[in-house]
Amino acid sequence: MTAVANNPRTDASDTSPVLSVRDLHVSFPSEAGRVDAVRGVSFDLRPGRTLGIVGESGSGKSVTSLAIMGLLAKSARVSGSISLDGRELVGLNENQLSKVRGSEISMIFQDPLSSLTPVFSIGDQLVEAIQIHRQVSKQVAWDRGIELLRLVGIPNPAVRMKSFPHEFSGGMRQRVMIAIAIANDPKVIIADEPTTALDVTIQAQVLDLLKTAQTETGAAVIMITHDMGVVAGTADDVLVMYAGKPVEQAGVDELFGNPKMPYTIGLLGAIPRPDSTSGSALVPIEGNPPMLINLPDACPFAARCPIAVDECRTAEPPLASVGGDHLAACIRTHEIVDGSLDGRPVFPHPEIGEGELAEVPREERRPMLVVDQLTREFPLMKGAVLKRRVGTVYAVNGVSFDIREGETFAIVGESGSGKTTTLLAIMDLAKEAGGHVELAGVDLRTLRGARATRDLRRQVQIVFQDPMGALDPRFTVREIIAEPMRAFGTPKARIDARVKELMATVGLDPAHADRFPGAFSGGQRQRIGIARALASEPKLLVLDEPVSALDVSIQAGVINLLDKLKHEMGLSYLFVAHDLSVVRHLADRVAVMYLGKFVEIGDTDRVFDHPTHPYTEALISAIPVPDPAVERSRERILLNGDLPSPTEDRPGCRFVSRCPLYATLPPEQQEVCTTTTPDLVGKEGVDHRHACHHR
Amino acid sequence: MVKPTDPEVEPETLATIAQVETLGGGAAEALETSAGASQAAPRRRSNSKLGLYVRRFLRNYSAVAGVVIFVVIALFGIFGSFIAPFKYEDVDFFNLQTPPGEGGHWFGTNGVGNDLFAALAHGVQRSLVIGVVVSLATTVIAAVIGSLAAYLGGWIERVILEVIHFLLVVPSFLVLALVSNRAGGDWKMLIVVLIIFGWMFYARVVWTMALSLREREYVAAARYMGLGPFTVVWRHIIPNIGSLLTIHFTLGVVSTIQSETALSFLGFGVKQPDVSLGTLIADGIGTLNSAPWMFWFPAITLTLLTVSMAFIADGLRDALDPNSAAGGHA
Repeated sequence: MTAVANNPRTDASDTSPVLSVRDLHVSFPSEAGRVDAVRGVSFDLRPGRTLGIVGESGSGKSVTSLAIMGLLAKSARVSGSISLDGRELVGLNENQLSKVRGSEISMIFQDPLSSLTPVFSIGDQLVEAIQIHRQVSKQVAWDRGIELLRLVGIPNPAVRMKSFPHEFSGGMRQRVMIAIAIANDPKVIIADEPTTALDVTIQAQVLDLLKTAQTETGAAVIMITHDMGVVAGTADDVLVMYAGKPVEQAGVDELFGNPKMPYTIGLLGAIPRPDSTSGSALVPIEGNPPMLINLPDACPFAARCPIAVDECRTAEPPLASVGGDHLAACIRTHEIVDGSLDGRPVFPHPEIGEGELAEVPREERRPMLVVDQLTREFPLMKGAVLKRRVGTVYAVNGVSFDIREGETFAIVGESGSGKTTTLLAIMDLAKEAGGHVELAGVDLRTLRGARATRDLRRQVQIVFQDPMGALDPRFTVREIIAEPMRAFGTPKARIDARVKELMATVGLDPAHADRFPGAFSGGQRQRIGIARALASEPKLLVLDEPVSALDVSIQAGVINLLDKLKHEMGLSYLFVAHDLSVVRHLADRVAVMYLGKFVEIGDTDRVFDHPTHPYTEALISAIPVPDPAVERSRERILLNGDLPSPTEDRPGCRFVSRCPLYATLPPEQQEVCTTTTPDLVGKEGVDHRHACHHR
Repeated sequence: MVKPTDPEVEPETLATIAQVETLGGGAAEALETSAGASQAAPRRRSNSKLGLYVRRFLRNYSAVAGVVIFVVIALFGIFGSFIAPFKYEDVDFFNLQTPPGEGGHWFGTNGVGNDLFAALAHGVQRSLVIGVVVSLATTVIAAVIGSLAAYLGGWIERVILEVIHFLLVVPSFLVLALVSNRAGGDWKMLIVVLIIFGWMFYARVVWTMALSLREREYVAAARYMGLGPFTVVWRHIIPNIGSLLTIHFTLGVVSTIQSETALSFLGFGVKQPDVSLGTLIADGIGTLNSAPWMFWFPAITLTLLTVSMAFIADGLRDALDPNSAAGGHA
């Protein structure tokens, strides 16, 4: 079957592996048959090293880690060998496994909110994690808990031990999770997408912390992720999984520099990079991963591989060595050199033409959306029976921008900066917001009457972030796409034809119109969402993090689609993202938002290449770049702490608490920062403004 | 940042329906959409949602047993009075309080000479009708009012909640007893009063479920299309709690029968000469030592009805939850 890898590492010491997995197979029952989620994973993990497991959703990476921890449902079947320090873990009963979990192997999950019990304080949870495996008194465990919190960087640990999980922010909760994970000095730490739910600046902090945790405990780390940038920065060895099997295994430099398997090449090509210029199309991998039921004996990637030959479909290629400890499962590896086949790229670059509007300079285009000093406040209420107002949350605190026809405008910022609130305020037609908004030439303050409102609503539609939650699971695709047309009074005869037309435009097969959203993959559902938004022929499309819930290879396809639609239909986009690489690819202009205000706004290339505001600099430096050499040599600007509370509205720059520039300024200049609110200023004639007094 | 399955946002059961469909129907359907045409054809089973739920339900043996028992009792209620040699009002002076089997009376007779078999059949029919009608009406009313309250928010929500809380506090059992007594034991009046005092509790439960549903993005999308609140509630919110409403309806049938039995037992519900399970049990208690069959037949019937419904509701809940054992084993 698969060639088991015996990897004598040339650089690491010849220590024996702490975790050895051989030929792991996991299968689940399902209505359509037995699902073979993992089909033969083998690797060795040595102490102090990090193994990165990369793959799409459904590739089996999380299932592998759950199988190692013994956390799979009873209906699953696990076979193969997992040995921890020579001790076999497969076949142990629950009692024996409980002793291993948490003390020798520990796990950090993806969503810190649901991983911590909400009704117990974190001190209690830390103490519980310690006391289960060690015979110590509560006081000793409590002290160790305080020490751990200090190690993971939580300020004021003695007091915070008594706080509850909901009183922490996402990044802090993940730190608490890491503290619990290292509480008993484990030998192996499994991190299952630990930073996917976090912002890019917090992600940088948490990854830094994981490195610290690793050096403190001397543990080996398995990092499961779909972000190649994170892998480039943290992993020593990489295992790429596809359809339940490892398809490439190599050291990180070797994998990024010399990928041999077409899937890996495709993955690397599909990643939007923050350092490339906008305008070039991404290279998506067409199609979807196969269903893991009754897989035929052929290469599972053959259907999506641009260089597949007939031989690929005759037998499943084994994982064979291509030089040193680099393993790849492809029969054409000898032809692939430096990611290209015969000098041409393995994955052809799609051509996306420029639309007609690209010729027209910005000032001459019609303005689609004009926003002037938009504010949105929420009252803070306290009290159970009689609620009284104790304060205000200034979610959006005066933003101004405009979007012209055919232009893409992006707002970036951390969670809590107010970007989604801005979008929703516009979608609600500024009903409860302050300031002046003009949509498609109509002043929203003068909007009266249901008909006028409805006509205006046709012009602007929204695409949501979560492809699963954005579509009603009880509606068929046809009904979903037809709903806006019915709401806006399109004649029934037209609706059917238009549904087919829209599905073809977004790249879906119109024959599937009578299926339910549950039968589609995430990327396809997002396309359905886009089709629904296009149904009323809007001029402005508002997108709330449209690709963040999708895998990298699918993201590329949806990003290219959005690009194509913009050029073909002359659409304007207003979108919000926290993934700056995606923004670089899609947006013409970008604004960086912090605590309800813009701190920098301008042309995308200018803002990214020459960030002026310290916050923008920190954001851009925090983005992981999928290049190990760059990752290891770069100087990261790490911001301390979290966003301050948006309930205050004093004058003065709100970034002072975290500003790396502020810390270096002399007191007179610091005085200016804390007392005067900075305005957006910039050079004349240049589309780039920033809000900092000292830049 | 919202993740594809955001746990704190979705009530478990709602997410599960979508997951179940993805695991089951979706799995087989998606096979055809995937590019791998060379895969072996999947086992041809019904791909519809209903077929999926039926298959999962049938894996639970106690649930199937529950269905069988319930069907038997329901058939007994519907057809029993036709196949019985006597009618329930008939008085047989020659067979007063005779044990089962004698004189052509399969279940025996009571002190006045009524055939117990016919009376039981009529009683079961009466109780089932009351149970089904009341349960259906309360489920629908609770669903509509609860979802509207949650979706509309603001003062409307507050007013509706105050009404619900007030009606919950009112001693409904007492009022029911008095009103139905006044109406002379008319079973139609009983249905009306049971409905009036039965919808509030579940309306509050539906309100909490709809509270999380209204935050869903597809509800926001519908709102941004300009749809009115009633349309959104009817089209998007209520169908998405449909599975839970079905379970509530099933359990509601049996709990209504129990309330009606309790009322009739106390003498406030169905009155002579009409019979229901409650009146039969009440009469039977009086003659427990002299004519035990008068008590045991109706009591066992009521017990079987309740237990079978409980099994069915259990099975339904397991069928709709993708993490339960109804998925079989690998």
